[in-house]
Amino acid sequence: MSNPNERPALGAETVLEITRHFRLQWEPAQQAHVLLYPEGMVKLSGSAGEILKRIDGASSIDAIVKNLEQAFPGADLRPDVLSFLETAYGQGWIRPKHAA
Amino acid sequence: MDKAGSVPSTPLERGGPFDYPGSSIPSQSQMLAPEAPATPRPNNPLWLLAEVTYKCPLHCVFCFNPIDYTRYGTELTTDEWLKALREGRELGATQLGFSGGEPLVRDDMEILVAESRKMGYYTNLITSGIGLNEKRIAAFKDGGLDHIQLSFQDSTREMNDFISSTRTFELKSKVAKLIKQYEYPMVLNVVLHRLNIDHIQEILDMAEKMEVEYLELANTQYYGWALLNRDHLMPSREQLQRAEEITNAFRARIGDKMKIYFVVPDYYENRPKACMNGWGAVFITVTADGLVLPCHEARQLPGITFPNIRDASMKWIWYDSPAFNKYRGDDWMKQPCRSCPNKARDFGGCRCQAFMLTGDAANTDPVCDLSPHHHVVLEAVDKAQQQSQPATTTAKPIIPIMYRDDKNSRKLSEGVAVAESESAV
Repeated sequence: MSNPNERPALGAETVLEITRHFRLQWEPAQQAHVLLYPEGMVKLSGSAGEILKRIDGASSIDAIVKNLEQAFPGADLRPDVLSFLETAYGQGWIRPKHAA
Repeated sequence: MDKAGSVPSTPLERGGPFDYPGSSIPSQSQMLAPEAPATPRPNNPLWLLAEVTYKCPLHCVFCFNPIDYTRYGTELTTDEWLKALREGRELGATQLGFSGGEPLVRDDMEILVAESRKMGYYTNLITSGIGLNEKRIAAFKDGGLDHIQLSFQDSTREMNDFISSTRTFELKSKVAKLIKQYEYPMVLNVVLHRLNIDHIQEILDMAEKMEVEYLELANTQYYGWALLNRDHLMPSREQLQRAEEITNAFRARIGDKMKIYFVVPDYYENRPKACMNGWGAVFITVTADGLVLPCHEARQLPGITFPNIRDASMKWIWYDSPAFNKYRGDDWMKQPCRSCPNKARDFGGCRCQAFMLTGDAANTDPVCDLSPHHHVVLEAVDKAQQQSQPATTTAKPIIPIMYRDDKNSRKLSEGVAVAESESAV
């Protein structure tokens, strides 16, 4: 629902949280992370799940990228992670902490 | 509660994962669509709708509960519900809708909510708001209830005045305040029909005053009591157009503050809805008396024995019961569906609508203009145009409008019982 013109932009130091009313959980039956929200669900790819589960309302984007690069060494993940975070932000799944 | 527009969400785009008699919150359809059935084993269910009671303080003429609900057996106990919910969750269902009837009629809702949240469900309470007070909403919040959908009912017999009914508005406002106070998103569902659709501006203004965040304007779909009352309820094309124009203008003005879904009646479409995303594909309904169905209308279909959760496991019911396998895949399809490229997208539409309007659930849903029975839908639509004046309660329709209440249900049940014994002979 957020309008890109009114949303604060994401930066390396931005701390993100999962938007209220969304819930991230692991689903054994689907072998995937899912995002649940009122009457709906998004089934996440493996990498999307890995990114979102690191969003804890305390870590900066920079810290999340570094953490992922440690967990999955050998590739430059930053562009992909940033691009996914922008998508997730645009979808309203995540938001900067303390955002209105 | 407002059966016709309440139950779990359908994306507005046709062919989404949760398209069924009901309506509409957005859903990530493309991401949710089950993978192509490479194996004969069905996907796991995603949605469980618990119609915890058929009791309801309201008498809505567009309710899609079965018209003969008074003849069904005793309601499941708390423990029986918990068994059903646990087994559904073990199969992989994530979304749980508590519906009815009015679910708040049951005094164990607090237990059902808290336990199902512990099981890992995303819990949705679909309610008219009647019976929701601060004590109960606080208990729901403690128990982890995720979401409340408030339905705007117009059960009054003064249909023309319902929108200005102070009592209704005050009740809704009170409940809306509680919902906000307890930090739930404010989701309002309004069922539209011929008798209220001309009040669309007032409905939108009311939603704005109530600070609604998601508004579902769901035209009645014709099942149950709504089918019985169809001639009273179907809006004309002109009424629909006007309502959509007003909604679009409002949407442009309100912007991001409110997300509005407008669902047209499927009779005005030429392709059927992908009902339930296919039979036994993602959805389970458990009725008040324990029947397990692939959708909330299916119990009316003849020749199918639907299992009861009192007698069988959810796992057997989902994967192995003849009832859930009856219309899976496309072997059961007749022409024109069988050779139609759209069959993978719309699954031939709604089996219950096919049965209700053509007498055979395996026929193409007659909403489809390729159906040889499409004329029955066109005739109903034509009829809706002929009454040039918007219908009012003072108009004299041939069949009087039928309120959903126990007395009418008992009367109609006799008719159903007679029809069944005749067809059994």
